[in-house]
Amino acid sequence: MGGVARARWTACALAAGLLAAGLLATGCGDSAGFGGAGVLTSSWGDPQNPLEPANTNEVQGGKVLDMIFRGLKKYDPRTGKAQNWLARSIDTTDSRNFTIRVKDGWTFSNGEKVTARSFVDAWNYGASLRNNQKNAYFFAYIDGYDKVHPDTGAQSADTLSGLKVTGPLTFTVRLNQKFSSFPDTLGYAAFAPLPRAFFTDHAAWLKKPVGNGPYRIESYARGSAMNLRRWDGYPGPDRARNLGVTLLVYTDSNTAYTDVLAGNLDLVDDVPATQLKNVRTDLNGRYINTPAGILQTLAFPYYDPRWNTSGARKVRTGLSMAINRRQITETIFRGTRTPATDWTSPVLGTAGGYKPGLCGHACDYDPVQARKLIQEGGGIPGGRLKITYNADTGSHKQWVDAVCNSINNALGDDKACVGNPVGTFADFRNQIGQHKMTGPFRAGWQMDYPLIQNFLQPLYYTGASSNDGKWSDKQFDRLVDRANAETGQAAAVRLFQQAEEVVRDNMAAIPLWYQNGSAGYTSRLSHVALDPFSVPVYNEIKVG
Amino acid sequence: MGRYVARRLLQMIPVFIGATLLIFLMVNVMGDPVAGLCGERACDPATAAQLKREFGLDKPLWQQYATYMGNLFTGDFGTAFNGQKVTELMGTAFPVTVRLTIVAILFEILIGVSLGVLTGMRRGRPVDTGVLLATLVVISVPTFVTGLLLQLLLGIKWQWISPSVRYGSYDELIVPGLVLASVSLAYVTRLTRTSIAENKRADYVRTAIAKGLPRRRVVVRHLLRNSLIPVVTFIGADVGALMGGAIVTERIFNIHGVGFQLYQGILRQNTQTVVGFVTVLVLVFLVANLLVDLLYAVLDPRIRYA
Repeated sequence: MGGVARARWTACALAAGLLAAGLLATGCGDSAGFGGAGVLTSSWGDPQNPLEPANTNEVQGGKVLDMIFRGLKKYDPRTGKAQNWLARSIDTTDSRNFTIRVKDGWTFSNGEKVTARSFVDAWNYGASLRNNQKNAYFFAYIDGYDKVHPDTGAQSADTLSGLKVTGPLTFTVRLNQKFSSFPDTLGYAAFAPLPRAFFTDHAAWLKKPVGNGPYRIESYARGSAMNLRRWDGYPGPDRARNLGVTLLVYTDSNTAYTDVLAGNLDLVDDVPATQLKNVRTDLNGRYINTPAGILQTLAFPYYDPRWNTSGARKVRTGLSMAINRRQITETIFRGTRTPATDWTSPVLGTAGGYKPGLCGHACDYDPVQARKLIQEGGGIPGGRLKITYNADTGSHKQWVDAVCNSINNALGDDKACVGNPVGTFADFRNQIGQHKMTGPFRAGWQMDYPLIQNFLQPLYYTGASSNDGKWSDKQFDRLVDRANAETGQAAAVRLFQQAEEVVRDNMAAIPLWYQNGSAGYTSRLSHVALDPFSVPVYNEIKVG
Repeated sequence: MGRYVARRLLQMIPVFIGATLLIFLMVNVMGDPVAGLCGERACDPATAAQLKREFGLDKPLWQQYATYMGNLFTGDFGTAFNGQKVTELMGTAFPVTVRLTIVAILFEILIGVSLGVLTGMRRGRPVDTGVLLATLVVISVPTFVTGLLLQLLLGIKWQWISPSVRYGSYDELIVPGLVLASVSLAYVTRLTRTSIAENKRADYVRTAIAKGLPRRRVVVRHLLRNSLIPVVTFIGADVGALMGGAIVTERIFNIHGVGFQLYQGILRQNTQTVVGFVTVLVLVFLVANLLVDLLYAVLDPRIRYA
């Protein structure tokens, strides 16, 4: 490296001498803080929203929050189990009123103590309509949410009536319905505590967020890089085992991958599909591919009466059987996806509600039976299947075309199914929101927290936030309500699985495959792992 | 001369307004951008409505445009969806792209014009045929192929360069600049060659040679000066094209420049970003065109602007 660095310096000096015409800085020499001893570099994407805990709903922003914040609960990176972190205890007698006691001795990296108020203020901020927090609905279970965040009109309250600070380290939460798994949702980033500086000097905080996690932000150049350093005063048990992480924004995941090959970047946490063929040899086995809480499905427009008949139910089951999941996941995704056999995810574990094979024969590839069922159900509504997807990101086009080929082969008609690409993600979401779908459409679900409830209620409950197809079933709703009121985990999971069977019997959505997270890294690193959210477990990585 | 420039500057105003209006309409036709901000789920209606209000998306289109243009003249380019000022984005994106463009233009001038003169003076010789064939290859191979190949060979196989740009300094931009310039470079070579070959037989060249001027002086002062007019036109127009069209090169080499910001702005349907950047690009185009026209007068004294 010495020679290369020197050559670079020479080139730099030359370039600077030749071209630094006053106006244009050459950007030479300013290499402080990129990597270095004990610090690893990792690929990043520009977060889409401001970096606030209740405003971050995608992995790139979530990555940072995961490093600089710790909440009441934390999900075990291996098992996904929610463990008490800042919570000393969360007690309830009725699954509706909770008393939360915060551990003593935690501080933010600016020295301020983490108290009950740090949480209550943060949650009130997140729920309040005027702050435009896109994850506000996470607080919808708390009493008074409809006052601070009404569906229409102005808010009539600034704070949630269900939150009360009862002591320096204790507060109570009252929900507007029974929700026994509520404590286990509190590991989600939206529930993180916030320091006073967040409220008193918001603009400065956004420029350089301050939290209470194992890392602190040293510098943040928006849109290009963020330097995180280990926070030496961190009181938690999961101290960082490296000196820091530098996140570098890449224009393209292929470039990031190339940089890892050249030893220019330590970790890429999104290996492009085109590189999967050679990734093992390219990186000498320094490649991981682990299940993440992501499920791809095909959803249907139940607001279209043609899809809402008993015949259409048979058609949907037939379509599910016409899809050769195994072949598609092997050829297109090279094992980074696994054919789905239920509507949850393997990361939940069987105790958490994952039940392989719950879908039964309906998720097996059986072209003969598929054709029979579709004929019995009166054929494809409208005569032709159009699968709508957004063509701007991911390899959606590839798999949609493959699914269509699979269906066409099964039906012996090469015009039975076509893909219907939509230019941008926003436009795709718009068309879904305006109920313009006439056939199945891509629905990807990335879990918010590892609970079976999160895979069912938001997606299939009547009027739920992500029930894009407007599916509605009284029996399903009843079972979910009962499950939420159940205090024992095992009993609740059983009820949720019964609700899932209702989804299966109606084939409310066709499950396609469970998605894995993948990452490649250089020989500088060891102990690299991905958590169930497909985010690298940065604090456990060792450098050198 | 002064009046000519003033007239040209005045002509820019309608072009500028027309171009920005077109872009504004195009981005708006793509639909409501707010829906894409809430991940794989619908935004709750209250938040969506409020975001629209804050970005002014709830007003009729003409009013949005009027407000936007009004703010533009006070130097306010608006805010991107991630809360960043568009001017701030420009502050990081334009310098890098300007540097990349300078590198590319230098390659075009140095290599393109020299090769053009070399082949134009030796028409039909092996060297001419060889260069012509080479330019044909360069023109027919897409930029992303050239870019990825060079990245693989120089960056990974031989480790001469770093495969990605990190600081956007000139030394890092040499290879990306070459890739970006490659197609234009081939065109510049061919243009110069044709132009030189044509003018070689002109009367004034024969006169210059008959006067006994040294060959170098004939070529540089007389022949080249007259032959460069079409080349200068091409390079001038290319400045704008390179700045706005570097998207492929910028993505391959991880350059956070104008092309990349535009690409991301379009994907996220961020009207403010896209219109802001394109507005500046339109200005660059207009100014480059004006400079080209003024350069004609320098190159050819017969062209004078009254």
